[in-house]
Amino acid sequence: MTIDMSQFYQVFFDEADELLAEMEKLLLNIDLDAPDDEDLNAIFRAAHSIKGGAATFGFTDITELTHVLESLLDRIRKHEMTLTGEHVDAFLSAKDVLDMLMGGHRHGTAVDVAAVQTLSARLHGLSEGKAAAAPAPAAPAAAASPEADASGNFHLRIELPAVSAKDVDALAGELGLMGTLSRDILPDGRAAFTLVTSETAETIVAICAFVLDPDALRITDARAAAPAASSPVPASASSLHDTAVPPAAGSQAAAAPAARPAEESKNHGRRATDKEAGESSSIRVSVEKVDQLINLVGELVITQAMIEQRIATLDPIQHERLLNSASQLSRNTRDLQEAVMSIRMMPMDYVFSRFPRMVRDLAGKLGKKIEFVTKGAATELDKGLIERIVDPLTHLVRNSVDHGIEMPEKRRAAGKNEAGKLTLSAAHQGGNIVIEVSDDGGGLDRERILAKAKQNGLPVSDAMPDSEVWQLIFAPGFSTAEIVTDVSGRGVGMDVVKRNITAMGGVVDIRSVPGSGTTISISLPLTLAILDGMLVKVGDEIYILPLGYVIESLQPAPVDVKEISGQGRVVKVREEYLPLIPLYQIFAIDPKSKEPSEGILVILESEGKKAALLVDGLVGQQQVVVKNLESNFRKVAGISGATILGDGGVSLILDVAALLRSSRQLNADSLCF
Amino acid sequence: MTEGKTILTVDDSGSLRQMVSFVLKDAGYDVIEATDGRDGLEKARTQHIDLVLTDQNMPGLDGLGLIRALRAIKKYKTVPILILTTETGEDIKAQGRAAGANGWIVKPFDPAQLAEVVRKLIA
Repeated sequence: MTIDMSQFYQVFFDEADELLAEMEKLLLNIDLDAPDDEDLNAIFRAAHSIKGGAATFGFTDITELTHVLESLLDRIRKHEMTLTGEHVDAFLSAKDVLDMLMGGHRHGTAVDVAAVQTLSARLHGLSEGKAAAAPAPAAPAAAASPEADASGNFHLRIELPAVSAKDVDALAGELGLMGTLSRDILPDGRAAFTLVTSETAETIVAICAFVLDPDALRITDARAAAPAASSPVPASASSLHDTAVPPAAGSQAAAAPAARPAEESKNHGRRATDKEAGESSSIRVSVEKVDQLINLVGELVITQAMIEQRIATLDPIQHERLLNSASQLSRNTRDLQEAVMSIRMMPMDYVFSRFPRMVRDLAGKLGKKIEFVTKGAATELDKGLIERIVDPLTHLVRNSVDHGIEMPEKRRAAGKNEAGKLTLSAAHQGGNIVIEVSDDGGGLDRERILAKAKQNGLPVSDAMPDSEVWQLIFAPGFSTAEIVTDVSGRGVGMDVVKRNITAMGGVVDIRSVPGSGTTISISLPLTLAILDGMLVKVGDEIYILPLGYVIESLQPAPVDVKEISGQGRVVKVREEYLPLIPLYQIFAIDPKSKEPSEGILVILESEGKKAALLVDGLVGQQQVVVKNLESNFRKVAGISGATILGDGGVSLILDVAALLRSSRQLNADSLCF
Repeated sequence: MTEGKTILTVDDSGSLRQMVSFVLKDAGYDVIEATDGRDGLEKARTQHIDLVLTDQNMPGLDGLGLIRALRAIKKYKTVPILILTTETGEDIKAQGRAAGANGWIVKPFDPAQLAEVVRKLIA
């Protein structure tokens, strides 16, 4: 039977990836003073499992490295050695090197042989330098096997330990089936065989193992002048008696299956059939296929909405069964849509998991102490977005470590804990995911940012609110650490960060308090393909508001609406004055009424700013499939996309964030009522 | 022959479990997979098993623990149990024998040999 092992490679690689990631996570969290036994065991097991798989699938380089790693870990978990920072560093490098080796097997990427050797030497050094407890076990599969002759036969000399004549006969019978056997008696009365066979020494050991202890067995090359030199059983196992054998005896032969009966030659008749390949818990599908599916479901949603609209006019008694079926179709469609969308969703952990290591390395390089915390790693986000958020997030985390968190001395002087805290969090908020990078460092320096902005010719005033000052660091060219401040030199490429996030339909917000830290908050839509929309009507037009922005809708009393000279109107909602944005004005439409008290106000919130949008009325609420306006028509200010409604008509989706931004000036001044 | 014989393979490593399972299914056995000792014990308790092939090093209940637990169950007193392991030390073998294992298969192993061992044990 021949088996194409390569069919299991992918599973092995995926598994090893997971194990390595897990190992790294455990190593990063380990407490050197009091390492948790369970953690040490888990790290050991990870190395052990990778070794087992690599050996089985023939990745010798990985096997060798994990073996050294495993032996060292084994001694640490057995408390024969104390875990030190040096160990952790070496283990982390080992993880990187294993990643590289795996890349080599997987994608044929270059492998830095020198790095492997250096690491191997380093691990060996750690084994020998710190532990006198036990000698490092030899690498497995290192012992030489007897060589086959020209016709592929092995000439084996098999010396048995003292066993009963019956057992010797039984063995002779079994072995006789494998080739040409001759028997003789050793001077001390034990039996010995000489066997010419195509089977390997391991097979012989396996057969004998049913009768006697394989370690007491001595198999040598019958042709060799000095049998011990080419013995498949290591010297330590050459003892003729059933004495204890040091565990270092890790040769192929001694390690061979101890319970392997075999009397016939291997059966080559059976062929492995690929279709029977073990069932896998996941399949790999190209993103295009998923996107095509999502697009089709989008069309289905539209069709379903059309049907719903058509049948709404039917007599519910006469058409009861049709209506029931239609409502079932509607439920199924929604479930289908959710299921399909969830295919593209991935947990934020995909991004977060790469940071602990980066922060650790960076902090080490800068001489800072940083406690890194992640929250909400299970929060899911669309795959397309998750991949695009990696770079901006990396940039922000790096900035926080580099410029946000102060040096230990400085923190001590400021009465803070020496170790800075860096938090990366993700959470769902309405239809958005909010990702925050938060540090407890020195905060942004308002004065220096303003000074730099003036120097750059940006329109600023000293009276600007903090939130607007912080946004200045996103201006192009507003960069380099020494210019902003020695404490919080953000700015390197921050304009790129902002641009990337905006391109994803996201918003960046900064909160910073001098002396106690900075939080950069990124708000992204969960997916770009479908949104829950509120349909509003102005004149004869229907617009769609993404539901995530909508807080409430109400009809104001005339007394709550006030005019501010030259700045438009504000409306008082729950003791708060909000700028009033008349939608009819923005798109130059004839409304049913221009009076807020006769229409409906939809209170919207984005980026922490609220406003009231005046519309004629609410039409309904439904999921809409977003069709890109830019790729189908052109960019229109105030509009983020379009969709097809149930009646087949086209409706525009409002860009709420942009609407609110345009009302900002008004907002800032109108707050001083 | 192999008709109707059921083998339980216990391994926390999915790739090895899949491979073992593939090899044994190819040889005509029914294979039940378990992801660790506890899972294996549970499956052995509730189903009929003709041979157990278990990894040694697993989180929670390890291979030796599983074997001890199985041997304590009446119907598993004599069912062949093999340990699949990378460990070759004498002490671990002695522990395995004491626990009630019938034999070892050392990783890496040849799929054909695995099938052969199993065939011999439950033919």
